[in-house]
Amino acid sequence: MASASDVLNPRRYFMDDRRFVGVMFLAPALLYILLLVGLPFLLAIAFGFSDVTVGNTELNFIGFDNFVAVWENDIFRQVFGNTVMFTLVSQVFILIFANILAIIFTQEFTGKWFARFIFILPWATPVSLAAIGWLWMFDTKYSPIDYLLLQTGFLGPKGILSNSRNLYWLANPVLSQISVIFVQVWRMTPLATVILMAGLSSIPTDILDQAEVDGSRFMRTLLQIKLPLILPIMVIALLFSMITMFGDMTVVYVLTRGGPVDYTRIIGLYSFQIGIEGGNLAQGAAMALFAFPLLLALALLMLRTASRAEVR
Amino acid sequence: MALLIWILQNFWSLLVLSFATLVGLRIAYRFRKYGATRAELSHILRRSPFYLVVLIFCFFAAAPFMIMFLHSFKVDGDLYRRPQPFIYRQDPTLEHLESLFTNTAYLDFIRNSVVVGVAVVIITLILALPAAYALARLTGRWGERAGILMFLVYLVPPTLLFIPMFRIVVMLGLKDSPLALIVVYPSFTVPFSMWLLQGFFKAVPPELEEAALVDGYNRVEAFLRVVLPLSLPGIISTIVFTFTLTLHEFIYALVFITNTSRRTLSVGVPTELILGDVYFWQPLLAAALIIAIPVGFAYNLFLDSLVQGFTMGAVKG
Repeated sequence: MASASDVLNPRRYFMDDRRFVGVMFLAPALLYILLLVGLPFLLAIAFGFSDVTVGNTELNFIGFDNFVAVWENDIFRQVFGNTVMFTLVSQVFILIFANILAIIFTQEFTGKWFARFIFILPWATPVSLAAIGWLWMFDTKYSPIDYLLLQTGFLGPKGILSNSRNLYWLANPVLSQISVIFVQVWRMTPLATVILMAGLSSIPTDILDQAEVDGSRFMRTLLQIKLPLILPIMVIALLFSMITMFGDMTVVYVLTRGGPVDYTRIIGLYSFQIGIEGGNLAQGAAMALFAFPLLLALALLMLRTASRAEVR
Repeated sequence: MALLIWILQNFWSLLVLSFATLVGLRIAYRFRKYGATRAELSHILRRSPFYLVVLIFCFFAAAPFMIMFLHSFKVDGDLYRRPQPFIYRQDPTLEHLESLFTNTAYLDFIRNSVVVGVAVVIITLILALPAAYALARLTGRWGERAGILMFLVYLVPPTLLFIPMFRIVVMLGLKDSPLALIVVYPSFTVPFSMWLLQGFFKAVPPELEEAALVDGYNRVEAFLRVVLPLSLPGIISTIVFTFTLTLHEFIYALVFITNTSRRTLSVGVPTELILGDVYFWQPLLAAALIIAIPVGFAYNLFLDSLVQGFTMGAVKG
């Protein structure tokens, strides 16, 4: 029991105060993060309005020139379009596959542990290393996929898809885009699945029991109870993987470096190539900033969905 | 070694055979348990489409890894000159694996990744453990707002920040130093860990802390001696996922470190094991696979705990 002397002891008093300890506990992390993200973020905006390069450290304010230049750049428009297109198209597939897989993996079946191990590999492997595997799968000359197609008669002299022995996955405009989207779907589906699994497992069992008592079959339980209940979490999974994909350049960096021409170039990669490789920090920052309003809108939408899901 | 050669040479038949054996054993087991009745047979038939779907997904997930494994041991002549990607025409070799460890900076990459990862995990725990506890128990509304702010910060992608970060790193003289990565990585590992840990802390019954307070512990002691030990499994899974986040990170590692022997795995392997246009495919594929398998195991081992953390974090406590 706390005695009178304890109450009078100032150290003891502070250590027991919820608010005081709360602030002390939260402050270091909050300050570190705000400093580490806030400062560069402000600097990114400052860069966007200046003419800074790798060689020239002075920040001269030049107004909206960078943004105008970036927007009038035809390549950037295509890059922006690519980014949006890749993100949206892959989300459709990710959502379909993640739903199927989440339902599969919330059931009991023989060999579940092994199946789960295999299916999580694409997400567990560092992206750049997994992309190397696909770079080889899509190789211009030795692609194992092409070999399979050749053997099954889709390729080769009388091939249905092409007369040559190879499809040149990463050199063909359309195929390279398909390849990039495929790899993104391949590696992001497990993450979305895990989020959906968390949602499915948080459905109160009494609801499901009641449904079973009432004679609801598997499909009906799925469509009328499970899916509506995890809809908010599905939206969260969707927005989360959209934001992750929007801000990622690893897959295209390893697979294509943006080629052929600009067909697979996306904002992150282009801003790296202009800003760091080309040394024009200001324009690189301006490009990255173009994506920010979109990202912010996505993030806010996600938070709204999340808080609504909690209220219910 | 002989076993490895045998496995590689009979890879596909072994795969099909072992799978068929497992299926057979399973069916035999069910027949013995429930009797080989017509009902049992129709049960198996009804379940088979389900397993087929699982099998197809597994195949797509595993395809590049199987090829990585199969091709890491091919001699150049077998890999390039007469392309027959799925079988071995010449004997497998370990020479590429050896050259990966002796002729390239692969071991340096591993060491750098471990150094960066461990340091980041320590910083992350120091910052995130108390902060997550504060969010879970101590602070009310404003803590919730701070939590949302952290979450928004987590969503600011590296592609937006790497250019100014690069400038700052150069100004501080940290370019090519692992310290640059160690300082910057907590910007995403801390929010992630806070989110996860908060869920685990909420799962600890508040009565236990109150009992500790009544017994004369103060808040800080109650946190250190009661809450932390009870959330140990959650903390371990947070460590695992924080470490792998640093292993995955690509953009900062690409921009901040340009010196070969200082690079980390995620950037070193795809950039340094390629000389100009010459790809050393066998070592490249082996390098990727060697990392993929252990990380895959770790993920699978801690996945349930991750899902639990997500779920608890989402439930209002």
